[in-house]
Amino acid sequence: MADVAEGGPPAEPQARHIIYCGVCTLPPEYCEFGGTTKKCEEWLKESHPDMHERLYSEEALNANLSSLSVSARERAAKDAAKKEAKAALAETRDAERKAAAKVQIKRVERNKRKYVTVISGLEAHGLDNKKLAKELGKKFATGSSVTKSPTGSEEITVQGDVSDDLFEWLVEVHGKVPEENIELIEDKKKKGSS
Amino acid sequence: MQPGSRSKVKSSVQRTLRNKLIETYPGLEPHIDEIIPKKAHLEAMKLPDRATLYTIDTNTLFFQPFDGPPIPHLRLLHAFPDALPKVRIDRGAIRFVLSGAALMAPGLTSAGGWLPEEEKALEKGQVVAICAEGKEEICLVGQLKMSTEEMKEKGKGVAIDEGHYLGDGLWKLNLD
Ligand SMILES: [Zn+2]
Repeated sequence: MADVAEGGPPAEPQARHIIYCGVCTLPPEYCEFGGTTKKCEEWLKESHPDMHERLYSEEALNANLSSLSVSARERAAKDAAKKEAKAALAETRDAERKAAAKVQIKRVERNKRKYVTVISGLEAHGLDNKKLAKELGKKFATGSSVTKSPTGSEEITVQGDVSDDLFEWLVEVHGKVPEENIELIEDKKKKGSS
Repeated sequence: MQPGSRSKVKSSVQRTLRNKLIETYPGLEPHIDEIIPKKAHLEAMKLPDRATLYTIDTNTLFFQPFDGPPIPHLRLLHAFPDALPKVRIDRGAIRFVLSGAALMAPGLTSAGGWLPEEEKALEKGQVVAICAEGKEEICLVGQLKMSTEEMKEKGKGVAIDEGHYLGDGLWKLNLD
């Protein structure tokens, strides 16, 4: 059932590269259906003014409206308002959660005078453990990898005692985690337990 | 949806999948070397409901329900929009589709929708790309629950459910 192209081979097809919204990730023409329409529009205006002009011109907006009946329009508007409120609430919650989420930098004695530094809780601040582990390995020129904590969550284990430098780096260089959210802990190895 | 662990696909399996893709979607054939370059390695990732997602590096290419044909990811369809047969929904149906509701036949048979004429009718079970009134890009891909002729005849019922739509878990899955 494959169609045979008429008149010689077809022109070499090319992959299209389309723009996706930097806020809601959809193709920008679909931003109007998400809960972040205002932010999406600002982003588009900033990043792709030509596309913004096309999608948000009065003409385009009117064309959108006229294809729906009045009642369908009202329902859609109500739905959009609901979504927006939901997105705003989610954002507030996310901010609150971040404000409360603690990052722990723990110095652990592995053998006598041999230490590793374990950092946990970074993902709640939107940081990627894998990427950060790599970065830290480079920064401190030491072994650094993502490991599983006893409870199954992810943490980063850096070889050596780098807790103070790490604290500084996290606060001053990285700047994503507020200082008051970082706890420095010293884990003294207890005798008889492992 | 959280990214799960990925495993390399055996080259024999990769070949089979590649052939299956071309067989299911002749429209993808001219692009197949761009989609799955000869030297690239496909990786498989488990999805809920025994479906499998196939990726190369951080690109999500297509997924396969355990009992169905491989279905291209929407980003792949945006790159190659003519690979699949298309239908169009009216503007009113867009917000329902994007919230994960089943696509109902009236969204396709109304004035803003579009279905192929009888000679090019699409059968139940075929995977189709769904465009939307006033939009350029595809917003949904999935298997038809009834033929397009049946939709025209009945004008009601579920046209597609369990499709992959813009903004769903698969869309938001971030492999970076
Ligand atoms: Zn957007």
